[in-house]
Amino acid sequence: MLTPQEIKEKQAWRSMGLKDQEYERICEFLGRLPNYTELGMYSVLWSEHCSYKHSRHLFKLFPTKGERVLIGPGENAGAIDIGDGLAIVMKVESHNHPSAIEPYQGAATGVGGILRDIFTMGARPIASLNSLRFGDPRDENVRRLVRGAVAGIGDYGNATGVPTVGGEISFADCYRGNCLVNAMSVGLVRHELLTRATASGVGNPVMVVGSTTGRDGIHGATFASAEFSEEDEGELPIVQAGDPFTEKLLIEACLELIESGVVVGIQDMGAAGLTSSSAEMASKAGSGIEMDLTVVPQRDEGMSSYEIMLSESQERMLVVPKAGAEDQVKAIFEKWGLHAVVVGRVTDDGMLRVFHHGEVAAEVPAKSLSTDGAPSYVPEAKRPEYLDELWSFDFNQLEDLKQEEIQDAFWKLLASPNIVSRRWIWEQFDQHAQLRTLVGPGSDAAVLRLPGTKRGIALTVDCNGRYCYQNPRVGAAQAVAEAARNIYASGGKPIAITDGLNLGNPEKPEIYWQLKETVQGIAEACEALGTPVTGGNVSLYNETDGEAIYPTPIIGMLGLLEDAEKHATIGFKNKGDLILLVGENKDELSGSEFLTVQHGLVAGPGPELDLELEKRNGEFCRSLIEKGLVSSCHDISDGGLAIALAECAMAGKLGARVKLYCPERRDSLLFGESQARYVVSLPEENYDALRGLAEKQGVSISLLGRVEGEEFTVELGEEKVISTRVSEMLDLWSSGLERLLGEE
Amino acid sequence: MKFAVVAFPGSSCDDYLYVLKEVLKQEAASISHRDTSLQDAQCVILPGGSSYGDYLRPGALASLSPIMDKVREFAKEGGLVLGIGNGFQILLETGLLPGAMLPNSSLRFVCRQQTLKVENANTPFTGCYAQGQIIQMPIAHGQGNYYLDPASLKKLQENNQIVFRYTDEAGNATEEANPNGSVDNIAGIINQGGNVLGMMPHPERSCEAALGSTGGLGLFQSAIEFLAERVKA
Repeated sequence: MLTPQEIKEKQAWRSMGLKDQEYERICEFLGRLPNYTELGMYSVLWSEHCSYKHSRHLFKLFPTKGERVLIGPGENAGAIDIGDGLAIVMKVESHNHPSAIEPYQGAATGVGGILRDIFTMGARPIASLNSLRFGDPRDENVRRLVRGAVAGIGDYGNATGVPTVGGEISFADCYRGNCLVNAMSVGLVRHELLTRATASGVGNPVMVVGSTTGRDGIHGATFASAEFSEEDEGELPIVQAGDPFTEKLLIEACLELIESGVVVGIQDMGAAGLTSSSAEMASKAGSGIEMDLTVVPQRDEGMSSYEIMLSESQERMLVVPKAGAEDQVKAIFEKWGLHAVVVGRVTDDGMLRVFHHGEVAAEVPAKSLSTDGAPSYVPEAKRPEYLDELWSFDFNQLEDLKQEEIQDAFWKLLASPNIVSRRWIWEQFDQHAQLRTLVGPGSDAAVLRLPGTKRGIALTVDCNGRYCYQNPRVGAAQAVAEAARNIYASGGKPIAITDGLNLGNPEKPEIYWQLKETVQGIAEACEALGTPVTGGNVSLYNETDGEAIYPTPIIGMLGLLEDAEKHATIGFKNKGDLILLVGENKDELSGSEFLTVQHGLVAGPGPELDLELEKRNGEFCRSLIEKGLVSSCHDISDGGLAIALAECAMAGKLGARVKLYCPERRDSLLFGESQARYVVSLPEENYDALRGLAEKQGVSISLLGRVEGEEFTVELGEEKVISTRVSEMLDLWSSGLERLLGEE
Repeated sequence: MKFAVVAFPGSSCDDYLYVLKEVLKQEAASISHRDTSLQDAQCVILPGGSSYGDYLRPGALASLSPIMDKVREFAKEGGLVLGIGNGFQILLETGLLPGAMLPNSSLRFVCRQQTLKVENANTPFTGCYAQGQIIQMPIAHGQGNYYLDPASLKKLQENNQIVFRYTDEAGNATEEANPNGSVDNIAGIINQGGNVLGMMPHPERSCEAALGSTGGLGLFQSAIEFLAERVKA
């Protein structure tokens, strides 16, 4: 290891991702030159991944308070009151960079990390979701990434006994070099067991529990805060390896420990391992921590203090129990076959002091490592020029579909990567473990019952990256609105979100502008829809060879159902039911999947968004479900009205006969993606009641047709423009993804 | 105690205890893999999940647990033993049932509602079903591709030991209806003594209509009725 003087001479901080002025800042904090271990500790904790240094000043824009918010941003995960003394804990986290290198372990450890964020809070993980982005599924490397990431998520989640109940995936060329793997986890806890990550109480012991510490994943957080270039594809050792069996034991041991009442604070060792967990816990409590690394259980021999402090070995936790409870902690972990070792104690001097082999290996103010001390940058923002070009597109120059071209366009869209069934993916996930899943993948939102209460929850993750590229602010708000639509359409009331912001390099003015707009868009939509932000994750630097991904703010949303039995799914249920459109077509094609699939175009500012309308139409649909007036409900998104109808038909294995009147363009009527729209089906005898409610609430509805047996027809005026059978659509659509991935 | 659910590290006992106690109102408790007594259990359930993380081979490590000696004795004496999912794999590794599990022929984990045919309604676990009844139950496994050598398979068929097969809705054991490549579309088998059943599908996930299917209800009801009859006798 270099001496402090050598570090200075060789400017060693640069290779760790620190800027020159950041090195100066460290020297100021310490009043001396940092040694190698200390420099490593600062470099990981001051990385974008840990300190959010280019983004955290924006988060004050988020609405974070609400009568249901028990714990907001700043802890491992947010906690939301759902009544009956119960709380839901949830969070999204990204594992984009590791997954691009080694998709199986990258995705698996992403799931492991987010699960730990949940049970660290004292909550039992009851559901996982995921949000994935890849390049063209016909590309060989993309196929490898998809296969690996899906198997990694599945194997880890399945082995821990936590069901994967939902998720989303989409494909676009901008993700070819930077796939996105975001995992969301959701836990259930009684209010009184909610636990925080704090190291308070001078003299209390500090314990390392769970797995051993090895040389894997050193500098993972720094790596996650840099752009990729072609050479990086061989960087194996920085990707950690997951052990879901140990995780499962750790879940049980930690929950038992928290239930025992001896825990003062507990924090998982995620990015930056022992450094971040100890610094954050001490910093939050305003205390200090003293640790002896010599006694940390290690799986590799001869590890240096630098390696032990920066290791990202998985399935480990830092626990501060009450003094005197050490043996009780050990007994619980031994019962589960896990380590629990006292490595130090809480002090009152605010210092993180680390000993190794009898010598002081690092001694730094705990607060200086945390976001209290990390630099915060407000980069220059500049509206990107590509927007002018997109927005100036003249849709009049685009020829409308002729009547006879519609059927082909429909088939093409139905078989396209972003619309074909995701069954191939979700069948690799255990969706039913723990016996709460009333509605699993394949409908709008997942719905879970919660035994012990009548209530249920609805869960979804959503984002349309193309909308965000076309208008970052409105696109981000649309991600929130789409999540809300999925919740409403399932019978839930949206109550909170968690977000995962995935963007390019914020040090570029255009990207920082996108980031700023994104945060503002989310804030506006959450304000309007009454869904506070309870926490989230930021993944920046998603660029390869200078090309950034679409801004992709993943929105994970929680909805509440007063009665879990009163939920809806998308499939048609009864032959003869009426089919109704809720909301209005605005004759717009911008941002649509159709425009990309049919014309190879991304153009215009994206569909219009009216948040008031979203709330009104959504609440209307939710109330229809609660009153039991409708048989099915589905929001209209990718592929527009025609695809939404086909999805209702295929999910219910029942056809439809639909008659539309076309005042303007045929293509926008059938395939445009106007927002705030739903397709519902209902028994005819409920129609008057529904129409009365729609009039009273000022909601626009129109009658489209009826549910049929096997035939699926759409007429424009007097002419059939789509005419097929449900089985024919299913043949094309249900195994479409494995066909595209070459997995048949 | 009527039902004992063996808790191996990594297995999902809670789902079984919930169904037995809350849905079926039965007396049930979990027993640790470290225990050396089955207490007074009348039916032992080896649950699904991933005991020992499926390391080495699914069920291989769990089959060496102290409690498994007792399970073997209990089975030999005619006690009812039910292995589901990972529990079936443990029964194979223990040698209480013949054959072995291979990775699914797709090499992928598979979770879906599955159609099954009751091939033998004359066992303690299937008395409530009609012979040849078509039922639905979820499957969720990565290694459920049941294999048995042709000679032993013939014996199994002749002895009527195949209890459940994967079929289509018309009851045909086709290749398309086989989710994992199992020989002869086998989903569940019973030992020669007729008291040890192993199956890959999950009946415990199939006891309430709200969860999507009720095909598993008959299995537990059969065992409950069988035990009640046995007590009378």
